[in-house]
Amino acid sequence: MLRYEQFPHTADIGIRVFGKDLKELFANAAFGMFDVIADLEGIRTSAEEVVEAAGETPEELLVAWLDELLYRFCTKDIIYSKFEIEEISDNRIKAKVFGRPAAANRNRLKVEIKAVTYGGLEIKKTTAGYQVEIIFDV
Amino acid sequence: MNGLHSQLEKIDRFRWRIPESYKTGMRVDGVIYASKDMLDAILSDKAADQVANVAFLPGIVKHSFAMPDIHWGYGFPIGGVAATDVDAGGVISPGGVGFDINCGIRLTRSNLSEKDVRPKLKELVYALYNEVPAGVGSKGDIRVSAHEERKLLAEGARWVVEHGYGNKEDLEYTEERGEIKGADPDGVSPRAYERGKNQSGTLGSGNHFLEVQVVDTVYDNGLAEIFGLEKDRVTLMIHSGSRGLGYQVCDEYARDFIHIMSKYGIEVPDKQLACAPVNSPEGKAYLGAMRCAANYAWANRQCLMHLARNVFEKVFGMGPKDLGMDLIYDVAHNIAKIEKYDIDGKEKTLCVHRKGATRAFPPGHPELPEKYKKTGQPVIIPGDMGRNSYLLAGTEGAKETFYSTCHGAGRLMSRSAAIRAGKGRSIARELEDKGIIVKSTGRELLSEEMPDAYKDVNQVVKVVHGAGISKCVCRMRPIGVIKG
Repeated sequence: MLRYEQFPHTADIGIRVFGKDLKELFANAAFGMFDVIADLEGIRTSAEEVVEAAGETPEELLVAWLDELLYRFCTKDIIYSKFEIEEISDNRIKAKVFGRPAAANRNRLKVEIKAVTYGGLEIKKTTAGYQVEIIFDV
Repeated sequence: MNGLHSQLEKIDRFRWRIPESYKTGMRVDGVIYASKDMLDAILSDKAADQVANVAFLPGIVKHSFAMPDIHWGYGFPIGGVAATDVDAGGVISPGGVGFDINCGIRLTRSNLSEKDVRPKLKELVYALYNEVPAGVGSKGDIRVSAHEERKLLAEGARWVVEHGYGNKEDLEYTEERGEIKGADPDGVSPRAYERGKNQSGTLGSGNHFLEVQVVDTVYDNGLAEIFGLEKDRVTLMIHSGSRGLGYQVCDEYARDFIHIMSKYGIEVPDKQLACAPVNSPEGKAYLGAMRCAANYAWANRQCLMHLARNVFEKVFGMGPKDLGMDLIYDVAHNIAKIEKYDIDGKEKTLCVHRKGATRAFPPGHPELPEKYKKTGQPVIIPGDMGRNSYLLAGTEGAKETFYSTCHGAGRLMSRSAAIRAGKGRSIARELEDKGIIVKSTGRELLSEEMPDAYKDVNQVVKVVHGAGISKCVCRMRPIGVIKG
């Protein structure tokens, strides 16, 4: 199954994310975001962290989850590339995330994402599971 | 093309109305500044619909405006201008300012001409690239303690000038003197501080840039002379904003405002227009935090200019006096300001959102420095890296837009479409063939930012000049470009 794809947006970057369940959808959304930020092809991981986030609706939870990861990338300078969701409900998520310091991988960095937006954000049920479109302000 | 096309009414050659009747809930008309040729591109995505959505904002005065460089944004379109009546429940919306609070632009003149710079151009561009931190997650050399960071947010460009980055005259020629009052460092979260730490004096990424340019056309000799420019004169232009600090401030307040709107009985058609009354505790808190981010951005551009001046001094072996790299002006194009206007014979206090729009005060405006009282405010309009940028001046005609005008070229192509169009091409080589030296950190950035991805800024400026909301002074073309 395709994890995510980019769709055209005039000024910003949009990704369409797929997952057979919410766990996979959230993991793929995080992967998609970091794949926009950096070239993840063949990147190894050396750091492991536990990430938790909360939101009032699944959509707000998704934004909170991605915001938390973006904040960690910006302040800890770690490129995350692997996401193991341990627990997820409609308003809470707990995950183990794996990454590598950006310092030795500066040449992998591509795009500065300023923020995750609510633009057109709606988690949809499909025959194959779930799908969501996310727009990043860049 | 959407249903808006048939409902758009022509006002004149440069103005198009979206009638209040287009959507139930619009409080005023939308007005788009554009030429007929630009309309198809404008109506091809959701930007014009966003103009209509902004017209829903409580307290909105006159119209929801869009400048000719309008494109699809976050809540507001980029290129949007909306003013709300503060004393009549008018709201402030973080989405009406944008993530990059006080993203803006500054322009310096110089005593150099193109023939002085050409022989050393490559050396200059590489030295600028090495000395000015740029790119995703770049960090600057300017390290400040938590206590000092609070002072920087309150005092903006003045704080960095007092710490050796530039001189007092620079402040005179910066909007708000680079230090907007009412900044409240307590309204900025620890996370925002953390994201902004170590980023002072960094250019950033994406469409931010530093350009060495040459004046190629002068439209108004009198004004150009006062601004210290003439044909062939070299200028330096810097485009940057409030970096991670501003993004985080917008993010947090925009998210919180979604949940407080019901408390004030506010309904908007798009979550990203989340807002609060300017006079509410939440509105005031955002304004205080936004002003901190604005001051951070002015401090940042001041540092960048200082770093660039040092590079010029080194490369050309000249002192600051001989180089004459005086700041012409620094102006914000993502900000909300409290300003007073005469509306139907009554003085009103308005909250003017300029989201991808530039303030353009007319001659005689009390907030302008003495030197510009006769000319009107310098308005700096960057274009793409292969074509042109402009220096305009404010006019009385812009009263209709709360003294606001366009801010740039506006994107035409999505980034992915630009990357596709750039496949197999060397954008750097194409530009070098045109005499433009480009250095960039990002791998795909040059394709994303290639000239064809943008509208032609010449067309954008033609509209604002033609509509009388600003006046052409001169046009520059790039010769050296640093992209984050």
